[in-house]
This record gives sequence, structure tokens and C-alpha cells, in this order.
Amino acid sequence: MLARRADNLGLAALAVAAVCLVALGAGWFDGPLNALVLLVLLVVLGGVGVLAAFGGPEARRLLAPYGLMKPGLLWMALFFLAPVWSLVRISLSTKESRFSVQYNFTWAWDNYSRAFSDFGGQFQRAFLYSLIATLLTIVIGYPVAYVIAFRGGRFKNLLLGLVVIPFFTSYLIRTIAWSTILADQGPIVSLLNTFGLVNVFEWLHIMENGKLLNTPAAVIGGLTYNFLPFMLLPIYVSLEKIDPNLVNAANDLYSTPTAAFRKVVFPLSVPGVFAGTLLTFIPAAGDFVNAQFLGNPNTTMIGNSIQDQFLKQNNYPVASAMSTVLMVSITALVLLYTRFFGTEELA
Amino acid sequence: MNSLRSRIGRMGLNVFAGLGLVYLFMPIFFIVLFSFNKPKGNYNIVWQEFTLDNWLDPFSQSSLTAALWVSLRISALATVISTIFGSLIALALSRRSFKGSSVINLLLVLPLTTPEIVLGSSLATLFLSQTFVDFGFITVVIAHVMFQVSFVALTVRARIRGFDWTLEQAAADLGAKPWRTFRYVTFPLILPGVLAAALLAFALSIDDFIITFFNAGSTVTFPLQIYGAARVRIPPQINVLASMVLFFSIALLVIGAVRGQRSEAVKAMKRSKNK
Repeated sequence: MLARRADNLGLAALAVAAVCLVALGAGWFDGPLNALVLLVLLVVLGGVGVLAAFGGPEARRLLAPYGLMKPGLLWMALFFLAPVWSLVRISLSTKESRFSVQYNFTWAWDNYSRAFSDFGGQFQRAFLYSLIATLLTIVIGYPVAYVIAFRGGRFKNLLLGLVVIPFFTSYLIRTIAWSTILADQGPIVSLLNTFGLVNVFEWLHIMENGKLLNTPAAVIGGLTYNFLPFMLLPIYVSLEKIDPNLVNAANDLYSTPTAAFRKVVFPLSVPGVFAGTLLTFIPAAGDFVNAQFLGNPNTTMIGNSIQDQFLKQNNYPVASAMSTVLMVSITALVLLYTRFFGTEELA
Repeated sequence: MNSLRSRIGRMGLNVFAGLGLVYLFMPIFFIVLFSFNKPKGNYNIVWQEFTLDNWLDPFSQSSLTAALWVSLRISALATVISTIFGSLIALALSRRSFKGSSVINLLLVLPLTTPEIVLGSSLATLFLSQTFVDFGFITVVIAHVMFQVSFVALTVRARIRGFDWTLEQAAADLGAKPWRTFRYVTFPLILPGVLAAALLAFALSIDDFIITFFNAGSTVTFPLQIYGAARVRIPPQINVLASMVLFFSIALLVIGAVRGQRSEAVKAMKRSKNK
């Protein structure tokens, strides 16, 4: 009887164990109740073990997937789900006194109103900059992916390797290298000075006061550069799958190259653009490295504020409130976006 | 007329793609170039004169080398743990469907759709509110395993999708015990996917900055050392170490490409012989 229901038991045991770990990690209870939760956890895991040992081959077969997943999923319950809970909890807590390290949960919603009133500009900039950067990665990444996929011939893999190689160097070193290139004495600014293009660039709002570094454009440029492969590679994968005969068929039916692209190639590559947009926008919105090395105090993004409040000011409640707002708004955007474009390509 | 226009269009697109590659390599060019620079002050950002000193003595910055060593240890340990955990999840997900698999798929994708700063700060609040471990080596390893597991599970699952699992049944029918089946049938089948996932996980871990920054305490990894150093001084040895990693990966790529070409050539020869 138990053996035939082994899959239900395995799933239930995994769920109970995960909830126990979240409870222990996030501190739902205190003192002796924690010992009880730990006991429940051990009993559940032990019970499944006993069932697997004495339940016969059929029970073992049904239990196998849950057993295989147990270590990884329990790790994620304790170190991914429980932290989210404790983040939200601290975002609603207040310090006991100014110098105390103890936080009490008090439904302190004013952490959130402070997050919005003091750091509203950083939220806006984070979303605006990463939106522009995401669009730029499509503009730059799509043609490159297209040329490699359709005209690469036998050099396809080599070209793809060339695209990936720059990202084998450290993220920070790449960003610092950009600050060298864009610096006032750097090659680009001196080139622009020689050709007298500074005024044009200032008119385009790319330069400010003859400077290229420490401007919003530099921050957006850094985000674009650093997240370009996350756009380019998914687009390449979706373009590479397209059967060239489809394009030939369109040409045979007297379609112009533009129409063939618009009606055949582009629709088939939309899943790649979709996946790339998520993979670019999400990390860009939470980034603070580019704004720190390439921007100025007026171009900080929400990541800079979270980092500053959390690690320098030790103002955990407000930092956690900002983190929570970022998490919730990104999740909402992702859900909205997947409703329009479907979810299959996400995983 | 039309063909001329389309030819110009083709050329234009190729030129744009070429410029895209130049853009991708611009900072890399500067990193390598400035590894041969002899900086005047603390910052290696203005070209002074050519020197080989930095390359002759790449490990002279002892704090940099120490940080690189810490990073290698953390990434190696985290990669081993996450590769085992993630591959087991992928094995479970890739065979028959079972109850609850959709919830587990969602749980695997969630860390990828959460910004790193949220992952890092939330894990830090968890560590702050307990007394069992202090921030340091262990918390960084825990953090890295947390985000690696998803990547490994999804990568391995994608690589082993569509395998012929009846081979396992065949082994069992021939009297192999489960462990022997795993050792001689399943493991060799999944090994390439597992190795690819481990490589990806290692690369993600050794370059991780944001999550590590929140959970490292006083432990200094290679990215953290660069971040700290960048405020006071940027020694050219950073460029040398970065260039080394770069040349090493280019070498790997070239070897892979040459071997690929050779096996293609061998295949072509066999085909022509069969004719």
C-alpha cells in the first residue's frame, strides 16, 4: 500500500523538508520550537529512507527522482527561498536603538516609503538605463548574430568563438578598461577633438562638458557592452535553427529580401530576442559596477544605493526594502512579458 | 538596379558585423596593450613607455596572487558541489515525468530571473540573523553553489534531452546491479554534458563579483581584490594576469577548432573511400 503511493510520499517528504528548512533558516520560530522543526525534518527524511530500503523495487523506482533531487533542492530551499523570506522580514523591521544590531519585526512600512522618497531617482535610472542598454544590445547583437549564422560558412564556430573570447576576462577588468578608453586623455576623446566632433556629441547628449567618461551615456555604454553576449548568443541559437530552404522558398515565390526577412526569418528568431531581453535586462537593472566606474554621483542606479546602504551605512532595513522592491518589480515585469511572448524559451 | 542595391545592403551588413567585432575587442586590445605599459603613478591608465617588466614578474603583487589563489579554491569547491547537486536534479528531470516537476522547473528558473544584487543581499540577511557561521570562505562557497545549481541543472538537462534511457534497462536485464549500470552506462552517457556544465559553473563562480561582495566578510577573492585596488591604484600586473587568462582561452579555442577541422577532414576522406 505504502509502496504504491511512494511517489506521493516522496513529493510530500521533499516539500515538508523544504518548508522545515525555510522555517529554520528564516527564523519563523524561536527557541525550543526550532528543535521540534529539526526533529520533524529528520523524521521525514529518515522515514523516506526506511521506505526506500524496505519498500521493494517498485517503491524505490517511484522514489528515485525525489531522492536524486533532494540535496540540490534542499540547498536551494535553505539558501534561496529562506533568504527571500528573511529579506522581506528585515525590510519591515526596525533597529532597537541607534547602535543596536538587533532588528525587531514591526511592520515598519516607512522603510518602503523612505526607499521610494530617497531613492526614487535611482529606481527610475536603473530601469531607464537598462531598457536603453537592452535595446542597444538588440541593435548591435542581431546583425552580428545574423551575419555569423547565415554568412559564416565554415568560419561559423571561429566567429562565434571570437564573440565569446572578450568575456573570458574579468567583468571588472573589462569595465575598468572602458574607463581608460573613455577617459579625457583617452583615444576616443582625442579623436573627437581632432575632428571637431565634440559639439555634435554634446548636442546628442552623449558628451557633457567635453567629457565622455562619467556621463549617463558611458554607463549605458558599459551596460550594453557587458551584457551583449547574453543577447547575441540566444539570437544566434534561434537563427541557426532556421532552415535555409525556407528563405529559398520565399525567394522562389518572388519575395524581396526585405520581405523574406520580415515575414520568415525575423518571426522565427523572436524566441531568441525574447530570451536575450530577459537575460540582458534583469542583470543590467541590478548592476552597480558600470555606474560606479563609468558614471558620476548623478548617474547612480538602484544597485549602487542598495550596496551603499547595506554594506557601508549598515542600514539593513531600507536596503532590504529597496532589494524587495527591485525583486518584486522585476518579477512583475517578467510575468507580464512572458504573458505576451510565451514561456517555453525561458528555460 | 535592384541587385546592386541588395549587394550594397549585404556589404553594409557585413561591415556592420565587422565593426561589432571591433567593438567587442576594443577593451581587450587595451588590456593587453597596457600590460606592456610602464605607468608613472599609481594608475595604469595613461600610456608611458613600452616595457616587459610586468610580464617578467606577473606574480610580484602578492595580494593579487593570494586573492587569485583564494578564488581558485572557492570556485573549485563550489563547482564540485554544484555539479553533483545540479546533475542529479537534471537526471531526475530528464527521465519520466513525475509529480511536482513543473514546480521544480519554476524553482530552477527563479534564481536566473532574480537580479544578482537581490540574491546577494537576501543571502546576507540570512547569514546576519544567525550565529553558526561568520561571513567568509564558507559563506562565499554556499552563495556560489546556490546560483550554480540552477545553471548546472538546466545545462545538463538540455544536453541529455532525448537520450535513449532503454540502455539502462538493457543493462539491468543483463543482470547489472544499479551501481554498475550507473558506472558503465549512465555516467559515460551524461559525462560530456556534466563537464560542459561544470566548466560554465566554474567560469561563473570565478568571475562573480556582486553576490560575493555581499557575503565575503573579510575574505578577498580575485574580483574583490581588483575592486578594492581600483580605488587606490591599478597595477599593470592586473592586465598581465587578465591577458594570460585570455591567451589561454584563445589557445583552447584554436585547439578545439583545429581538432574539429581534422575530424571533418577524416570524415570526408572516409566518405570518398566508401564511394
